[in-house]
Amino acid sequence: MYDKLWLIPFFPLVGSIINGLFGKRFIRNEAAIGAIGTGAVFLSFLVSCSCFFTLLNDPVKVHQQVVASWMTVGQLQVDWGFLLDPLSALMIMVVTGVGSLIHLYSIGYMHGEEGFYRFFCYLNLFVCAMLMLVLGNNALVMFIGWEGVGLCSYLLIGYYFEKKSAGDAAKKAFVVNRVGDFGFLVGLFTIFWTLGSQHGVWTLNFVEISENAHLLGFGGTVVTVATLCFFLGATGKSAQIPLYTWLPDAMEGPTPVSALIHAATMVTAGVYMIGRMNVLFAMSPTTMTVVALIGAFTAIVAASIGFAQNDIKRVLAYSTVSQLGFMFMAMGVGAFTAGIFHLMTHAFFKACLFLGSGSVIHAMHHALHHAHLDDDPQDMRNMGGLKKYMPITWATFGISCIAIAGIPPLAGFFSKDEILWWTFGSTRGNLLVWGIGAITAGMTAFYMFRCFFMTFHGEQRTHKKAKDHVHESPWVITVPLMVLAFLAVVGGFVGVPAALGGHNQIHHYFEPVFGHAQEVYKIGIKEALEHSHAAEYGLMGLSIAIAVIGIGIAFTMYLKRPELPGRFTARFSQLHRWVYNKWFVDEAYDVLFVNSTKKFATFCWKGFDVKVVDGVVNGTGKLVNVLSTALRYTQSGLLHNYALTMVLGTVVMVAIFLLQ
Amino acid sequence: MSNLLSLMTFFPLVGMVVLLFLPRESDRLLKTVTLVITLITFVISLPLAFDDAFRTSAEMRYVEFAQWINIGEYFRMNYYVGVDGISLWLVLLTTFIMPIAVLSTWHAVEKNTKGFMALLLLLETGMLGAFIALDVFLFYIFWELMLIPMYFLIGIWGGKNRIYAAVKFFIFTAVGSLLMLVAIIYVYYYAVKAGMPFQSGFSIAHFYQLDIPAHLQTWLFLAFAFSFAIKVPMFPVHTWLPDAHTEAPTAGSVILAAILLKMGTYGYIRFAIPLFPAATLKFTPLFAILAVIGIIYGALVAMMQDDVKKLVAYSSVSHLGFVMLGIFAMNLQGLSGGMLQMINHGISTGALFLIVGFLYERRHTRLIADFGGISKKMPIFATIFLIITFSSIGLPGTNGFVGEFLILMGAFESNLRWLAILGTTGVILAAVYMLWMFQRVMMGQITNPENEELEDLSPREIALMLPLLLFVFWIGVYPNTFFEKMNPSLDNLIKQVKGKQQIVMMIEEPTRAVAETTVNQ
Repeated sequence: MYDKLWLIPFFPLVGSIINGLFGKRFIRNEAAIGAIGTGAVFLSFLVSCSCFFTLLNDPVKVHQQVVASWMTVGQLQVDWGFLLDPLSALMIMVVTGVGSLIHLYSIGYMHGEEGFYRFFCYLNLFVCAMLMLVLGNNALVMFIGWEGVGLCSYLLIGYYFEKKSAGDAAKKAFVVNRVGDFGFLVGLFTIFWTLGSQHGVWTLNFVEISENAHLLGFGGTVVTVATLCFFLGATGKSAQIPLYTWLPDAMEGPTPVSALIHAATMVTAGVYMIGRMNVLFAMSPTTMTVVALIGAFTAIVAASIGFAQNDIKRVLAYSTVSQLGFMFMAMGVGAFTAGIFHLMTHAFFKACLFLGSGSVIHAMHHALHHAHLDDDPQDMRNMGGLKKYMPITWATFGISCIAIAGIPPLAGFFSKDEILWWTFGSTRGNLLVWGIGAITAGMTAFYMFRCFFMTFHGEQRTHKKAKDHVHESPWVITVPLMVLAFLAVVGGFVGVPAALGGHNQIHHYFEPVFGHAQEVYKIGIKEALEHSHAAEYGLMGLSIAIAVIGIGIAFTMYLKRPELPGRFTARFSQLHRWVYNKWFVDEAYDVLFVNSTKKFATFCWKGFDVKVVDGVVNGTGKLVNVLSTALRYTQSGLLHNYALTMVLGTVVMVAIFLLQ
Repeated sequence: MSNLLSLMTFFPLVGMVVLLFLPRESDRLLKTVTLVITLITFVISLPLAFDDAFRTSAEMRYVEFAQWINIGEYFRMNYYVGVDGISLWLVLLTTFIMPIAVLSTWHAVEKNTKGFMALLLLLETGMLGAFIALDVFLFYIFWELMLIPMYFLIGIWGGKNRIYAAVKFFIFTAVGSLLMLVAIIYVYYYAVKAGMPFQSGFSIAHFYQLDIPAHLQTWLFLAFAFSFAIKVPMFPVHTWLPDAHTEAPTAGSVILAAILLKMGTYGYIRFAIPLFPAATLKFTPLFAILAVIGIIYGALVAMMQDDVKKLVAYSSVSHLGFVMLGIFAMNLQGLSGGMLQMINHGISTGALFLIVGFLYERRHTRLIADFGGISKKMPIFATIFLIITFSSIGLPGTNGFVGEFLILMGAFESNLRWLAILGTTGVILAAVYMLWMFQRVMMGQITNPENEELEDLSPREIALMLPLLLFVFWIGVYPNTFFEKMNPSLDNLIKQVKGKQQIVMMIEEPTRAVAETTVNQ
């Protein structure tokens, strides 16, 4: 089975090429284009399933397949190679599984769009790149996927390229990601060069890097610098401080894109990358602490911004940034399994939330369009009371809100609780991180339910002309919602902790990937806490209580006493202004980086190039002009001038030679 | 075939003579004949591409030797040509780009077609000759031969400021060549004095064996390097390039970018560095710094341009900065990356100039502000433009990535680590200026009513882009086709240069040299 690995990214690539080349002129039919796109990803899903289950029953947990050589230059030998281990096996399941559902959903959502074929071409290409990213057996194949998903993200955010805001957002996403990629490359050079020149291991292969990582020395400068560089890459792709600003803008893309790329898969690439290089990260406690702190701060900052947004997709975008922060908190305290576990459950409920918001937007758009109104279909202030029109969307959205808020026994509870438990009790744990995490969990429950209540409950604020045109979406949209909501309910059961009588299967599943680093570098729950269920129960109870309080406040403010939010914003108008404007981070970046670079660049051009260099050249030219006027008798034009100089030069040279 | 190289090099010249007998007003016939000639030249050069001996041999192949100019017993130059893994791909790039350049003139050149085509063919002979010359004086002759047709191509068929641009191009390049000429003759007499038989002329192989004292090397190296630096062009002698590119007709820009600039970087690899290894060692920091300044400076200035063609021209300064950084890293990754990046730049930037040409032929403007929303009207064009844009940005999977990656990795491995890190910021800036330009030209609403009537690419235009697209992906996915044939020669070159540098270091700083030798082992 393992020699079929290459098929997994191959199918979507073929789908993308077929739809890209022939979709517009020859296929044309939406159903056919959609079927090709969805079918390609579904085929990958089938192959992934087969690989996943084969691996599950296989005592050998690491398998590589080399398809061909990519580049061979001296000691640098890079292959087109794939790696299947429990980590990549789970990732391909998530990517192709959620990917298939979102493709199916897109057939309904994108119906009637002029660029229907283009959309599916890009979306397939994205899945291909994402699968390369997770399956690559060396850092360079991963990097192909890494930048490939960036490209597709660019194309899909800019899908409505006629809108300037979409073009701006696309460009911003790519450029900000490039800043991260710069870090990735420098990290890669550092590891390759140090392992090679000092220890004779010239490799970019992940398995070999992991096996030889100990040569770099625990806590050494090299390993710290390299992992920090890699982490810079992760902050770009996974939208963490300081490079998170592109993700909220990325909501300019069609909603299925937000669900697939900007919630479930691509943005988790940074978390996955740390998981892939867990041995290196485990060797640098400094980097781990940075990762955990950045994750924590991102989580709480993004959550705070989520409080004041009125665009339903923007709320979800900030929520994604915040949840990614949780995953990095987990990675930073050594809870690799919990981080990837949360990555998976988050993929289920956040994809469901985004698709649900898409279903709402779709319905709102049609209703408003029908009534010839220009109201914003994404603004929650135009919604409210949609429950009765869209019962399936309401139910699935609600389930996912409960899941993300961390109410047992839904998926989010188990993964989030595991993360908080590790931040508290791990040998690499950090009480500050735990505190921020716990507060953020409460904030999450609040703003998610704020969003839920504003959209589906309370008084309906939609314009009365449009009101009755709101309808539930067709089956291609609701079926994926139901499947994802189901997964959001049951997805957590693979990680029920022993304290609750579970077997924490996911922990054992990841043992071959993370166990080594955790054992060698002594990462785990502190001994004092390891067997005390009391502490675990206490924390669990606390986090449930926090979630319930968050939901309760949202309930009071947005359903019981809807006048409260207004009074609150009036009372704390300055605070509200800062939160509403996203702490003015975009503006600060514009002043600090964008404008100053432009000013400097203009100086280079108009100051240096034109005035200094060309000034000298033109000055010389004028001088020559003056001289040549004097020498006009002997010279008739430039070429002759040149010939003469040649002769003169030769004479001078020979003179020098003879004089020596 | 023993005289394949001569046949390939002079076939365009023969074609030019044929062209002179054709009626001057039969525009289409002239263009077709030129196209056929360049295509035949390409076919003649093809056996080189399929010669597997390059994989194992670092030697010159297809060597031809004949006595040529003899002045008593003091001066001798020979017709001495050959190809190794270094010149191989540059020769093939030349013969590959020429038919594309000719095809791009179909509707673009209307005035005095005969002269234009004749000059193109003359130019091809000059370029091919320069790449295959193994006699330094012969190289110099071909080098000068290229200059003249290009001067006229810009000066006669160029845009509004063509005279200024042509003269600037000429003065810059001529000043550089002059210094090189002096240095070449000096080396020759030095060699004769050192006991080299004068019959071997300016043979590069003999010159390589000289042990020129370090202080002399310094001056000779600077003379060569200055000349090549102008051609590359390196910061700060790059300002002729934006003017020349902006004013040159599309075919001229394509050839200038794709091939002529490579003459400079090739010059370093073939002449300046191996002839003067001690001086190279001394000046490596300087040139690497200039290369990195070029990368960043070119990108920054490109960002602010309002003329698409000027933007692409400045992006060349940035890309060639990468090539120079790779060359001065003086290890296999850096040099291979640099060599590959020369080919990449030829393909991607050549394609970008063609793209600008397509726009210019339709709208007679190159100002970014005059466009916007073009994707809607020209979807095929938009797709091709997008692919080339990302190839220029260096997206993995396209050609640009492999070159840049190896260059940076090579520089990182050498003593230029910090410069490599600085240079890596170039990948961010490249995304900024290219994507910003793409957005302003292709995305958004059509604001200018004149753009409403734009027609998408014709079959001819698609046909001339397809081969370039093929290589964008080929090099991106399987660059080994190119590496396996260039690496033996590059490896050999590195050994030769490093060996000599080692000796110099032993004399100057024995302890450091010993330390470095142990590290290298």
